[in-house]
Formats: sequence, structure tokens, C-alpha cells
Amino acid sequence: MRIFALAGNPNCGKTTLFNALTGATAHVGNWPGVTVDKREGVYKKCSEKIGIVDLPGIYSLSPYTPEEVISRNYILGGEPSGIINIIDATNLERNLYLTMQLLETDVPVIVALNMMDEVDKSGDKVDVAALEEKLGVPVMPISALTGAGIKELMTRAVALSEKREGTTVLPSSLREIVELKAFYEKEGVSSPLFHAVKLLENDELELEFRGAKAAREKVCGIASAGEETAAASDDCVDYEAVVADERYKYISEKLAPAKTRKTTKPTLTKSDKIDRLLTHRVWAIPIFIVMMFFVFHFTFSENLFFLNGFTESQAWMPSLVDLGLAVEENGETVYNNFGVQLLSVIYDGAVFSPGVILTNLLNLILDSISGGIVGGMESAGAAAWATGLVGDGILGGIFAVLGFLPQILVLFLFFSILEDSGYMARIAFVLDRVFRKFGVSGRAFMPMIMGFGCSVPAAINTRTLADEKERTATIRVIPFFSCGAKLPILTAVAGGIVAAFGIGNADVITFAMYALGVVAAIVCLMLMRNTSLKGETPPFIMELPAYHRPRFKNLMLHLWDKTKHFVKKAFTIIFASTVIIWLFSHLSWNWHYLSDEQMNESILASIGMFIQPLFTPLGFGSQLGRFGWVFAVAAITGLIAKENVIATFTTLAICIGAYMGEGTEEGIEELAGLISVIQADTGISMQAFTAALISFIAFNMTTIPCFAACATAKGELQKGKFKWTVAFWLASSYIVGSMVYTVGAWVWPLAIWLAVIAAVIALIVLRNKGKFDITKIFKRKKKVKNTEAES
Amino acid sequence: MIKLLSEFKPTEAGKVVRVGGEGRMRRRLLDMGITPGAEVVMRKVAPLGDPIEVTLRGYELTLRKAEAACVEVEIGDR
Repeated sequence: MRIFALAGNPNCGKTTLFNALTGATAHVGNWPGVTVDKREGVYKKCSEKIGIVDLPGIYSLSPYTPEEVISRNYILGGEPSGIINIIDATNLERNLYLTMQLLETDVPVIVALNMMDEVDKSGDKVDVAALEEKLGVPVMPISALTGAGIKELMTRAVALSEKREGTTVLPSSLREIVELKAFYEKEGVSSPLFHAVKLLENDELELEFRGAKAAREKVCGIASAGEETAAASDDCVDYEAVVADERYKYISEKLAPAKTRKTTKPTLTKSDKIDRLLTHRVWAIPIFIVMMFFVFHFTFSENLFFLNGFTESQAWMPSLVDLGLAVEENGETVYNNFGVQLLSVIYDGAVFSPGVILTNLLNLILDSISGGIVGGMESAGAAAWATGLVGDGILGGIFAVLGFLPQILVLFLFFSILEDSGYMARIAFVLDRVFRKFGVSGRAFMPMIMGFGCSVPAAINTRTLADEKERTATIRVIPFFSCGAKLPILTAVAGGIVAAFGIGNADVITFAMYALGVVAAIVCLMLMRNTSLKGETPPFIMELPAYHRPRFKNLMLHLWDKTKHFVKKAFTIIFASTVIIWLFSHLSWNWHYLSDEQMNESILASIGMFIQPLFTPLGFGSQLGRFGWVFAVAAITGLIAKENVIATFTTLAICIGAYMGEGTEEGIEELAGLISVIQADTGISMQAFTAALISFIAFNMTTIPCFAACATAKGELQKGKFKWTVAFWLASSYIVGSMVYTVGAWVWPLAIWLAVIAAVIALIVLRNKGKFDITKIFKRKKKVKNTEAES
Repeated sequence: MIKLLSEFKPTEAGKVVRVGGEGRMRRRLLDMGITPGAEVVMRKVAPLGDPIEVTLRGYELTLRKAEAACVEVEIGDR
């Protein structure tokens, strides 16, 4: 099967074409460089099957971002038998710059002139025949969106000859190029012309090639001596600028005239008007904050538009129990009939947001499935351990995870809309100044805010960051932006505190914890960028794509991608881990089945008890007495997937008899029961216990993320960086947790923490100014030792 | 008159004369089309005073003032 690679600038409709060709469900975004993965598919509407590879959107083949390196290596790697170069016909000039470089390779190229429908609509014209003649490769007008011209494009692509020789538009430096090309030909490298031009440009990847540096010095050295440039510079001709300049010159003189504009448009387009408001001097930031508020409000709020007042005291809407439509029995709500139960999905004491409604609906379905299966097993006379394993262990675990899917999807939907519309790029533009203070560019904002949804796509998205240190730092703090799976920990523990102690407000605690995560991220970013990952703030040179209406199909494709990923996760990692945890908690060391009441003798309990003292400085260690191990165990299971934390609490609370009845999805009642049991058992003060519980949330928010996120981070980080990243997560969570606990429980340790922080800042500032060097102390000692050894 | 791009005021326009700077930042500027001869129009400044947005080669580009300070532009009539 022949393989064609799709190459083109970000936002040129490349992924849309890929979807049209392969029918695959790849995601399309409007954030420059959102296509960070190499996607593959097969085109079948042709005489032969053609493999299609979607390369990341790139502006050039210089190794500026990892994406450009990926694309370059793939194109030169010899696998593709041709490149389909997609060009945004509404923006010929910059798009053709990449074409110039692709033409320098020996790979056959066909140009797909995309967005021709938009060109026609604006009344402009592109002379396709003239372009084809000048470029020397086939040019086909298409519209990836409507599908026009795609078939013809593929017919011509298939007919491309297998061989092509690189051509260049650079006239002036031809002699150097010919000489460098000869060098590469002698080395037996394919696409020698491309390599020669890149070497001339002083390309860092090219200079690594054996003998390349010497060859360049030889060739360019002659050049600088032979021509009149000796006076101009001490080195040689500024080839980097010359090459880029000549490419663009050729494009604007020879190629760009192929497009004729109807009129120059002096009037403000719709896009300009929207832009004026969204990046307004005063309104930009308030608009952004309001938008973010509504995104999260629609996803998570259980009080839509604050119809039920802003505080508890303002609440006026009656709950279903108040209305006499349901009754409370053993802490569980029993509805009068199915209709009322359906109503409870949308309304119960307040109108819910779309995200919550979908969650409730799904949970209603999942609960009845689980109830049916367990009921069926019981009536069939299955053993207690079997129904326990299936009901509590397997179904309970999987359904607890699936229960979050609606909210995660709603959140993703909103982010995709913001991304597709082009607004995300503007947010980076507006906020760059702020983010620079933290040592990263405005671009790092995107992966960070995605972290609120899920750390996995967020970590992948960091590939759009050009600077390696910036990437590493960003990947490390992404988990601090509390992801969708951590939200249940927040709501359950916060809800548990409120339910057990009757103090505080769950929403306020939840919001404060989100804020704590963001603050921790900022502090860690600044810390890293001033110490271990020190470096200049990376440049921020980015295209701002035109605004356009998000496309329904793209949005749905995006959501489908996420759903698949999530469901797969639920049925693999989480499935396995919940079964293992259930087994560990129901087996003793001599492999005997333990009923729920004997949980204290289980393997899991002894592991939990063993590591329990480790968490004492964080407040949920030894001081929580004989049931405190539950927290230690939950912290461990959270490493597998954060969804497990609450699932663990639910299971264990029922097991140790802190909660009667079947488990609920939110786990609030279970936690409240657990809290009461532990408090009665140890007599711990309410203040200390609350501090410990909040410390527990803080620990989970800043510690090692789930297995899936860890695996992604490992893949995205440079070699050897991952183990330090894990150490960083452990350290950060331990410090943040103990800080929260000690300050919350006694307040006065705040003074110590502040003093320590001040000392650390002072040390870093002094060190960076070169006035203080820790390593010097060690070095001096070593020197002394060395001299001793010598003598 | 030659002026640095970073000193431009919104709606001012001109032709790039020289691109300074070094390393990847310069490489990026050149790749994105900021080459001698390119016409740039200053669009606006971000709400917090930095970065700036310019129009060149038919599209919108954003860059920081620090990066724009590497670009020398000859001011002309629009």
C-alpha cells in the first residue's frame, strides 16, 4: 500500500481533509498546532488503497517545535511515497513558504489548494494553471469542508510518478548549495538538496550530521573570502536570512500574483468586530473570566443561574422530599414513582446545570443495571463473595468512573467550541503578559486549562510549546489543575465535612481547592523556572487564526474521541484495579475470604496500616486511629486512577460499617459516616480533623496523577526527566498537604512556613545573582579531599 | 524613517528592513514571514500592554515587544 503524507500549515484544513479522505474520527481544532499526533487512515475510493498519514500542522521544516521535527523526520524517513501539501488559498503567501521547502526534498509533491469555496465567495480568483506551471508539481483546487475536488485530487496523487528530484527557488547561493549537495550525495543521503539548503541555513539538526559542520565551514568560508562580504561580517553571509528572504521574495513576485483580489477591503469584517471586543483593552479579561465561569457553571453547578439564591439562607426552592414526592429512608431517598425519579434528574431543591443533569441521568441508568444484576445473582443463590465482587467490586468501580463521563464531555464540548472558534489563541494573546511572569509563554495557558478536563490530552498538547524547559515545567504542573476525575474527591470530601460537622459550605471548599491547585502550580512554575529548569522565557510568535463558527461535525468527532478514550480507560485500568483492590480488601494474608466486617484483617488494611504513619504530618496518618488506614489506602488507589479514591471510600466505609445501605455515586454520605466513626473512635478535634480532610484533598490534587496521565507524561518528557517529575509530584503534595494541615489545625505554624518560604526565596534570588552557591561548599570539600589524596 | 517594530503604534505600517536577534527566535520570525521587504501593519497591543498583533502577508501574527524590538521597519505611507 502506498502512503501519502498530509502536510501543511496549522489551520489550513488539513485534518478536515484527512477526515474527508479516511472517514476517520480525527479531531479538528482551530488552535494553531492542535494536531499533535500522527494520525493514520486509509483512502478506499480509488483503484488501489492509499494509506494517509496526517502530519502535525507546521509553518516550516526548521526544527522549531517538536511537531516540526516529527513532520520533517517522517517526510525524509522514506516511508511516504508522496506528500499532499495542503494550502489555505485565502492565505497563499505564508502557506507557500512550506511548499518551497517540501519541493527541495526528493519526495513527490501534489498541492491541494484548499478553501477554494471561501475564495470564490469573497470574489477573489486564483489562477491554478499558472501556479502549477511555476511550482512544477500538480496543483488541485479543493474544498475539504464540502468535499469538492477531493476525488480529482486523489486521482492525480495516485498518478504521481514514484520519483522526483528536489528543486529550489534560491538563485544567489546556488554555488554553495551545489557544493553542499555534492557532500550529501557522496554520503549517500536521500534528498541531498533539502539537506544542503538546511545546512546552509545553519540548521541545528543538520549540523549534527557527521562531517556536516566541516563541510559547511569549508564551503561558506570560501564564500566569505571570495565575495565582498568580508567587510560586512566577520563570519560569513547571513544565509539564514538570505534563504528565508529569497523564498518569500520568489513567492510574492512569482506565485502570489496568481491570486487576484476583487478589491482591497477597507471595511471592518465581522471577524474584526468580534476581535475588537474580545481583545478589548478593558473588557478582554472580564469577558474571559465570565466565559470561564459559565463554562464551569454549566458543567458542574447544582444551582443553575443561581435561581435558588446565592447562599443557603436565600434558598427558597423546596426539595422533592419537602414536596411530599419522596421520603428519606435510612439516609436514602425513595421516590414515590418513576416519574418523580426522572424529575429528580433535573430538579431536587434546585435546578441543575446540563452537566449535572446528564450525570444524574446516566447514574440513574447505571444504578438500575447494577441493581438488576446484583438482584438477579442473589435470587439465583450466588455466594456472598460473588455478589460482593460483582456488585461492589466490579460494577461499583466501573460505574463510579463512567458516572463522570457526562461532565467531562460537557467540559470538553465547551473547550472545543472555544478552541474551534479561534478564541483560545486570543486568550493566549491576552494573557501572555501574565504567564510570562511565571516563566512560561501565553501558549502554555492552553494545556493548563485543558488540565481542568483531563491531564492526558493536556500533556499531549504541550507539544505546541517550542521550548523544552517550558514544556517540562508545564507538564509537571498540569496535574495541579484539578482534572474532572479529581472533582468527585473534592465534592465528596467537602460534602462529607459539611454533612458530618454541619459547618462550612461545600461549594466554597471546592472552589478554594481549585484555587489552591492553581496557586501551587504558579508557585512551582516560578520555582522551577528559577532553579532546575532555568532559562529565558521562550519566544511568543504565533499566528492568530481568523474567527469562525465552530463546526458541529468537528465538535462531535472531538467528543467521540474523548468518550472512546474514557470508556476504554474505565474498562481496562480502572476495572483491573478495582478488582485487585476488592480482592486485597476481602482476602487475608493466608488467602481466606473475609466478610465485610473482618476488613481490618485484610491485606489492604495491613498495607494501609503499615504506611499510615507516613501521612501523620499531613493529618491523615496515625492520629486517625484504627480506621485511619482507609485514607492511606485511598491515597494509594488514587495513583491508579483518581476516580478510585471515592470508590475506595465508598467500598471501605460500607465494609467497616460506617455506612449502611448501598453505595452512592457521590460518596458524600459514606464519607460523612466514616468521619463520624473515626471521630467517635479517636476523639480528634473538629478543627484538626477538618484540616486533615482538606489536607487530604490538597494531597490528592498535587500528587502523582493517575496511571494514564503518568504514562502520557513519560512519553512527552525528555528521557530521564520522568523520575524527577515523579519525585517532584511526591514532594509537592507532601509539602502542600502538611502546610494545609498544620496551618489549618493550629494556625501558628503559618509563621514557620512563611519564614521557610522567605528563606527559600532569598536563597534562590541570591543564588541567581551569583552571590551564593550551594555547590561551592561541596566543591571546596572535594578539592580538599583531592589535594589530600594527591599529597 | 526607520523604527523598531516594538515602537509602532496601532495602524502604523511599514516595510521590514532588517531582522536582528538570534537563534530560534530569529529563525521563527523569518519562517513566519518577517523578512526584509515584507509589509507589516501594526494592529493592536494586548490589554496588558504586551504582546502586539500585526498583519503581514495576509494574516495576523502576534509577537512580544521584546521580539518585535529585533525587527527594523521603514515607515511608509499606507
